[in-house]
Amino acid sequence: MNFNLTDQQEMIRKVLKDFTEREVEPIAAEIDETCEFPVENLKKMAAADIMGIPFPQKYGGAGADTLSYAIAVEELSYACATHGVILSAHTSLGADPIAKYGTEEQKQKYLVPLANGEKLGAFGLTEPNAGTDAASQKTTAVLDGDEYVINGNKIFITNAGFADIFIIMAMTDKSQGTRGISAFIIEKDTEGFTLGKKEVKMGINASDTRELIFKNCRIPKENLLAKEGYGFKIAMGTLDGGRIGIAAQALGIAQRALDESVQYAKEREQFGRPIGKFQAIQFKIAEMATKVEAARNLVYKAALKKDSGESFSTEAAMAKYFASDISVDVAREAIQILGGYGYMKEYPVERLMRDAKITEIYEGTTEVQKMVIGSSFLR
Amino acid sequence: MGVIMLKISEDKCIGCKICIDKCPFDALKMENSIAVVNAEKCTLCGACVEPCPVDAIALEQKKKSKKDLSAYKGVWVLAEQRENQLMNVSYELVSEGRKLADAINEDLSAVILGSNIKEEAKKLIAYGADHIYIIEDEELKDYRTSTYTKVITDLIESYKPEIVLLGATHNGRDLGPRLSARLKTGLTADCTKLEIDEEEGILLQTRPAFGGNLMATIICPDHRPQMSTVRPGVMNMVEPDEKRKGDIKEVNVKLGESIDLNVKRKVFNVTSDISKIDIFTRIKEIVKEARASVNLEDADIIVSGGRGVGNPKGFGIIKSLASALNGEVGASRAVVDEGWIDQDHQVGQTGKTVKPKLYIACGISGAIQHRAGMNGADYIIAINTDKDADIFGICDYGIVGDLHTIVPLMIEAFAS
Amino acid sequence: MNIIVCIKQVPNTNEVKIDPKKGTLIREGVPSIINPEDKHGLEEAIRLKEKVGGKITVLTMGPPQAKVALKEALAMGADEAILVSDRAFAGSDTLATSYVLSKAIEKIGAFDIIFCGRQAIDGDTAQVGPQIAENLGISQVTYATKFEMNGDLIEVRRALEDGYSVVETKLPVLVTVLDKINKPRYPSIKGVVNAFSKSEIKVLSAADLSLDEERLGLDGSPTKVKKTFVPTHEKMGEILDGTPEEKVSKLINILKDVKIV
Repeated sequence: MNFNLTDQQEMIRKVLKDFTEREVEPIAAEIDETCEFPVENLKKMAAADIMGIPFPQKYGGAGADTLSYAIAVEELSYACATHGVILSAHTSLGADPIAKYGTEEQKQKYLVPLANGEKLGAFGLTEPNAGTDAASQKTTAVLDGDEYVINGNKIFITNAGFADIFIIMAMTDKSQGTRGISAFIIEKDTEGFTLGKKEVKMGINASDTRELIFKNCRIPKENLLAKEGYGFKIAMGTLDGGRIGIAAQALGIAQRALDESVQYAKEREQFGRPIGKFQAIQFKIAEMATKVEAARNLVYKAALKKDSGESFSTEAAMAKYFASDISVDVAREAIQILGGYGYMKEYPVERLMRDAKITEIYEGTTEVQKMVIGSSFLR
Repeated sequence: MGVIMLKISEDKCIGCKICIDKCPFDALKMENSIAVVNAEKCTLCGACVEPCPVDAIALEQKKKSKKDLSAYKGVWVLAEQRENQLMNVSYELVSEGRKLADAINEDLSAVILGSNIKEEAKKLIAYGADHIYIIEDEELKDYRTSTYTKVITDLIESYKPEIVLLGATHNGRDLGPRLSARLKTGLTADCTKLEIDEEEGILLQTRPAFGGNLMATIICPDHRPQMSTVRPGVMNMVEPDEKRKGDIKEVNVKLGESIDLNVKRKVFNVTSDISKIDIFTRIKEIVKEARASVNLEDADIIVSGGRGVGNPKGFGIIKSLASALNGEVGASRAVVDEGWIDQDHQVGQTGKTVKPKLYIACGISGAIQHRAGMNGADYIIAINTDKDADIFGICDYGIVGDLHTIVPLMIEAFAS
Repeated sequence: MNIIVCIKQVPNTNEVKIDPKKGTLIREGVPSIINPEDKHGLEEAIRLKEKVGGKITVLTMGPPQAKVALKEALAMGADEAILVSDRAFAGSDTLATSYVLSKAIEKIGAFDIIFCGRQAIDGDTAQVGPQIAENLGISQVTYATKFEMNGDLIEVRRALEDGYSVVETKLPVLVTVLDKINKPRYPSIKGVVNAFSKSEIKVLSAADLSLDEERLGLDGSPTKVKKTFVPTHEKMGEILDGTPEEKVSKLINILKDVKIV
């Protein structure tokens, strides 16, 4: 068993580290304040093929693997969790369903511009009354001649304000329960499709999160993904992959929190010596570092399992549950280690804690992850 | 000829590990308590050889027949002019060259190319030159690689100096390697110290490497001339002695004709035909530019002001001192927040991280956020009225005093 | 247009730290990178190719691990990569290095322009570029901050200490560049994948280049290292005493002694 990254993966990490240091780090604190979506950086990421890492080159992607993509999200999130989630939602939730279930025409029309970064992707499943109970979603899609008519709303949709292509779940046959849900590709500015106002959040502030409102929105019937009734399966399968992205985001946040704590512990002197010399701090750092290392192993293994073609749901759920959990923990400890300074916005650790919290919630709450893991053992 | 290897004597090695620490390339490690070399990583730099306390390490080299280098005599300085003014580095090099020439009991000559530099060139005698070679021609007015290399190579091949020094200016670092490659001799760049080895009588050239993290002393034992470029501002300029005497040799370069050198004692012919140089370069224009805006991260010297400065006007003396030292102005977060100076100058956790050679902190207490931005500086000087200020804990030298008194005194001292 | 770019894989000397107790360099964990100014040279080459078409060959002399640097160069946009590697090169100074590189360039064949970084961040000599130009008998322009090609004529802005000069020259030419000249692109992820899956790095040994053994390695290096040491000083924390004038005077002398002013 080889725990080392390949040379190619190492180089991809290096490119992302460089990019993050030069382009993301300098604006991270600022966009957290201004809540400004990093449009310019997304253009630069598109130019470096970062927006389509795991997709085949013939569809405009980079032709790399899931682990490389996870590393990209991790490195971006090290400086800014917003950049991490933008990439993750776009890649795993917006583009991957088309890569997995799209027809050749759909791939050419939608996957190519998503993979090469020309367009941004998003995914809508959650509704005001359907969160964990996703199957109870009420958005409908009725076939009328050559078109489907969509009615309903989705909330808390990441990338909403800037996405061009949305994967939307809607009920086509209520009598079938979860097997009556279908997945659709909907383009922005389609008549009948409007956006709500931008949400003001606790963290990942520059991420554009909004409500999607569908009122007699007509889309061509060719925009159905796969077949009618496949929507729930597509959604669950998509979220499985998305979990690896979010786990990687949490990992990046946690690693940053750890590094900031280590540096501070070496520099800050109290009682005549660096606080890192005191056992209390040493023990905290030890615990934080071990948690981060464990999370890393879970995330990377889930990524490798996905690419192997074998079932990876359980591994992905474990990675997301564990990484998100420790990221909140490690971020909290980081603030504690930095003390008063840690609470001030002058230092980045308070932002890390605010950003980390959402990783325990979206793309399936920690409770959902535990359900997935538990049932996989107790089937 | 076989490959040269680093040999470590198993019998002599005492396992002290000094060599392992000295290796800049991570090529040595301990195996069974003996030091062994990883031939893949070893670059044969020799850094481990001298420090070994038991002389267990040797660079195995084939014994080559030594060339007879006795014909090479004298120290030369290639003086540099821009627009017919000698650059300061030329005076510094002549001053330094004088010391070297005295140490090996030989003459010091300065060589200068240009189109109207006779009067300027003569000044070098007062700084220690015994002879000045002046080569004047319209073609040589401004530095061009091809013409300068050709003329100087011809001169060096004719007169065979033992040591050649030139300033490590942009032009010097363009010319030096071209010359040394043509002459197939050794060139050491950016020397900060030059000495003569007492035993061997050769030049010891010390210079920074690894981005300044390492100092190396280089020798050129078997090739002549030994060439060095020297950083401007490093060697000391002596006080000129107007009573010194020296002779001027005018070397007339004419396109297509041979050169006659007429001197009191010797007459020699050197042909330096620069008409046939078929490398075309032309200087289209030379433009002087004012320095760009605040660039703290690249600055060698930073003078920084904090609360102790008192008010925006107080930054005037900080700026003057920075100016006098050719450095940049930095500031703590407190004064930027107060609006006394622009954010571009902020050093610290939420400002810039700097690594200058010299950081002078004036009226800065040295809180951890500020220290995070500047504790990588080579030399830190602190000036503060509070003797218990944190900044004194990380400085090299500190002055407990009012910067409004101290800084003007420093400006005065540097201006003179 | 046949463009050659010379690069060097170097340790990131900005991250090298000094062990304060032993007075030695801590090289562990210091990543290897493409020498920054060489990357700017490669970027300039890619921009030139985008403008006038042609082929970029990137070349380096180094140990086998230098292949990683070449892969990165391919990922950025170079077309071909060559590693010149041989145990016989160990201990080479700039003269020996430039000899090997110029022989490799001759082997590559026809070239129009060679881009190099001005200097490497480990050696800091800025000598190899001009020495290659001398060996090949071509013109050189160093300290380039702007490069333009107008038909047959090359126009290069050359940085001077107090401004710049504009130098006109013709092909073939060797140009050494400063970081001011451009902002290098990030290697694209697709580029990285292709560099690892599609591209072959050609490896040339001393025998492949028919090199004169006497000009290689330590034997071929007129300059030799006599000793190295790490320049450190403990933070003294010395508070100077006396009248303000005396304190300032002491300080100035100290700074002059360590050659900072």
